[in-house]
Amino acid sequence: MSARDDILGRIRNGLGRGALTGDAAGKVAARVAEHRRNLIPARATSLEQAARIDFFVAMAEVVQTTVARVSSAIDIPNEVARYLAAENLPAELRMAPDASLDAIPWSERPLLNVRLGKAEPGDAVSLTPCLAAIAETGTLMLVSGEATPTTLNFLPDTHIVVLRAHQVVASYEDGWDLLRQRPGGGPQALPRVVNFITGPSRTGDIEQKIELGAHGPRRLHVIMVDDVAADERK
Amino acid sequence: MAEQVRVALLVTCLVDLFRPSIGFAAVKLLEDAGCTVVVPRAQTCCGQPAYNSGDKNDAKAIARQVIEAFAGFDYVVAPSGSCAGMVRVHYPELFGDEPAMLAKAEELAARTWELVSFLADVRGVKNVSASCVGSVTYHDSCSGLRELRVKAQPRQLLASVDGLTLKELPGAEICCGFGGTFAVKYPEISGKMASDKIADIAATGADCVLAGDLGCLLQIAGRLSRAGSTIDTRHIAEVLAGMTETVPPIGVPRKD
Amino acid sequence: MDPTSRAFIENAHAGLANPVLRRALGIAGTGFPARRAEAVARLPEFEALRDEGKAIKDHTIAHLDYYLELYEKNVTAAGGVVHWARDAAEARAAVLDICRSVDARIVTKGKSMVAEEIALNDHLERNGITPVETDLGEYIIQLRREPPSHIIAPAIHLMKEQVEEAFRAAHADLDPARIIAEAPQLCAEARAILRPQFLAADVGITGANFLIAETGSSIIVTNEGNGDLTQTLPKVHIVIASLEKIVPTLEDAATLLRLLARSATGQEFSSYTTMSTGPRRPGDLDGPEQYHVVLVDNGRSAMIGGEFQEMLRCLRCAACLNHCPVYTAIGGHAYGWVYPGPMGAVLTPALIGVAEAGHLANASSFCGRCESVCPVKIPLPNMMRHWRERQFTQRQVAPTYRGGLELWTWVARRPELYHALVEIKARLLGWLGKSRGRFRALPLAGGWTQVRDMPAPEGRSFHALWAERQRAKR
Repeated sequence: MSARDDILGRIRNGLGRGALTGDAAGKVAARVAEHRRNLIPARATSLEQAARIDFFVAMAEVVQTTVARVSSAIDIPNEVARYLAAENLPAELRMAPDASLDAIPWSERPLLNVRLGKAEPGDAVSLTPCLAAIAETGTLMLVSGEATPTTLNFLPDTHIVVLRAHQVVASYEDGWDLLRQRPGGGPQALPRVVNFITGPSRTGDIEQKIELGAHGPRRLHVIMVDDVAADERK
Repeated sequence: MAEQVRVALLVTCLVDLFRPSIGFAAVKLLEDAGCTVVVPRAQTCCGQPAYNSGDKNDAKAIARQVIEAFAGFDYVVAPSGSCAGMVRVHYPELFGDEPAMLAKAEELAARTWELVSFLADVRGVKNVSASCVGSVTYHDSCSGLRELRVKAQPRQLLASVDGLTLKELPGAEICCGFGGTFAVKYPEISGKMASDKIADIAATGADCVLAGDLGCLLQIAGRLSRAGSTIDTRHIAEVLAGMTETVPPIGVPRKD
Repeated sequence: MDPTSRAFIENAHAGLANPVLRRALGIAGTGFPARRAEAVARLPEFEALRDEGKAIKDHTIAHLDYYLELYEKNVTAAGGVVHWARDAAEARAAVLDICRSVDARIVTKGKSMVAEEIALNDHLERNGITPVETDLGEYIIQLRREPPSHIIAPAIHLMKEQVEEAFRAAHADLDPARIIAEAPQLCAEARAILRPQFLAADVGITGANFLIAETGSSIIVTNEGNGDLTQTLPKVHIVIASLEKIVPTLEDAATLLRLLARSATGQEFSSYTTMSTGPRRPGDLDGPEQYHVVLVDNGRSAMIGGEFQEMLRCLRCAACLNHCPVYTAIGGHAYGWVYPGPMGAVLTPALIGVAEAGHLANASSFCGRCESVCPVKIPLPNMMRHWRERQFTQRQVAPTYRGGLELWTWVARRPELYHALVEIKARLLGWLGKSRGRFRALPLAGGWTQVRDMPAPEGRSFHALWAERQRAKR
């Protein structure tokens, strides 16, 4: 008997039945297919979009994420230059080759060295888009893909995320819905990795003192483009 | 005042042997609250030592005796969260596999109460007439706290004692280390828990520590005494019943 | 690791006598409960979420076979491979085979309690493969060659001086004159030392906080980001997880995640919660080429249908450890195996037998604080009592103790005899103890008087006095 059959057999023994079939199996399958939402805390869901965005920023700042709000993509190069100078970091970054970042006019800041691709060991700063921002806990949701390599989120010491205000959602469940809307269906259609990032890397393993930058980035900076127009507010 | 009710006192084996004053304090408080108090003679122990030792048969044997002895009273009240908890929470668990006994256990459980919560929650007592000048701190005995939700009631009633200052105990909800047989099977660990508890007690600056369970009180008084402390230890019922002038604290020499 | 749980009393004694441990646990014992309480206060729905979490886990266990099969199907559809392991030996063999198939020399590891349980590191080392722990706490104890003492903060028993000592001894190539006395310096050194290992690893092994049946995904929760570097950089990612980590849907995982970080560290959410589904996709610029899951039984299936089934709800948050006065007194090593504290007291006998681990379920005062903070409401004291019941019926309890209980019960069932004996004892001890009010020593009560005085009884029994009072009334 294979290990698999042995284990499943013992589980069924303990449950006092054989494998589920017919209606019984159908009920469980239906529960999965329905993937009903359980209780979602009201703290973010009860807010209107503008307040929800402010809530996201407040929660993110509690966990040492810094947030800069700009009015359009045109302002991003200036904000990046300002931020890197303020943190005493070299004026260079590795950027995700993602179409959503195409509109950023890097030529406005020619001294900023912007290279595309996945993170290389020497890269100090990365810049990536994200899929969504979860207001509930100030969490960013990033997905891997051809143009969004995961290493950009972890190898460099400083990670800059470009977020558009309309991407702020209330709960993790709203984030799952975004994943389910991807074309294709089935596990292969999911990204290899979904990262929920809530602040920079940290550890408390030495005398319970929190230190930032354990293995992942020690700085997480969000540049939020305030693009929620009056007609987009939900 | 609520209607007169017949209350059977569950003395507890520790009160019976070590400190009957607690039993008499309980009787006074119950009578002041309009209860007729009866003490069934056929009670000895609630069965918790056997139960917690894994000896279900002996625990059941004792429990059957308790169920029989306390039949027919409006309420059963114990000056102990752990004994009241044993009857209220664990007797039904004990007889989970015996439907007839389970029904009787549940019926008894529903009318069984820890003393202070009975006074406050069932009899609606808001004040006691006792006075006691001094400062006290209060330890939340685990069973009373977690099994029976005894928390606010002792503090409410202590607040009504004339001349008494209550200083809140940091870590009031942390176990003192008694745990019945645990105290003697793992004395070193139990002793450490007791040391931590008396350090918290001493830090309040209170003259006296109170609790609702004599097991905890023996543990705390024993450790205070071993450490040479002069902090007094009493059961809360003694203070609420105004007995502090006539009964010495726990573990202190008697002058009679 | 080989259990030393039989030596619990000696181990506990060593823990109680260890001044470093005292200081370290003092910090942890106040910090964790306070932070958890603050996090719970910030979330009004927390109690309701506990009930939902419990319901999700109970439902999953009641259909565990269905969900495991669904999970396997979806892992495979995503391009991953599932390996089923009945016990520790099969799990070790599965991991070793995968490592050998890619000629692995260096393996980075995220924190995994089940990997400890199957003694994976020793096995890899014996077979010429170097496992490198990347969680800072795990790295520190790996250097010191000792087991973890806490399920989420493995080095919680150490102060920074011990960490400095371990780093100086192990990082021999670094300048001996460097200063690494403070936490930021130690963390920076660990980061610098481990970064090349992350990059050089052939295989990355992580545990899983959850396995999602709906999608065939694994979820890891870290604060450091070490798990992410472990699973993204090498060519091969191996997830090692026990059966009960399965959760039906993404929505169910979200509910449990809301409970997890708050219960564990008092955070709203950990820095990194990462969901992985299969190997890299065509066109991906990074990610592993192979994704394997080793599903470990090692005693879990045997718990289903029995008194300990509810233990399978455990999320491994360590709230019970952090709130346990016994754990914070003696530390995790005293428990002698992988899982300490209340959850260890229930789980360890189930996995290695109650004969080996009998002390663990006995060294509890049943204060119930563990159950009150468990995010999925596991009745931990009740289950410890079940272990005591097993020991009693299997006659693993000392005969004198059994005899004592039987005698006590025999007398207790004869009230008049009992009352007579109690009155005698009250008078005797009351008389002997009258002048001092307490006993420093008492025959047959050595276990008590070893560490505290015994207050003297008042000198009469309640029942005797009550009977007198009733007679006087007539």
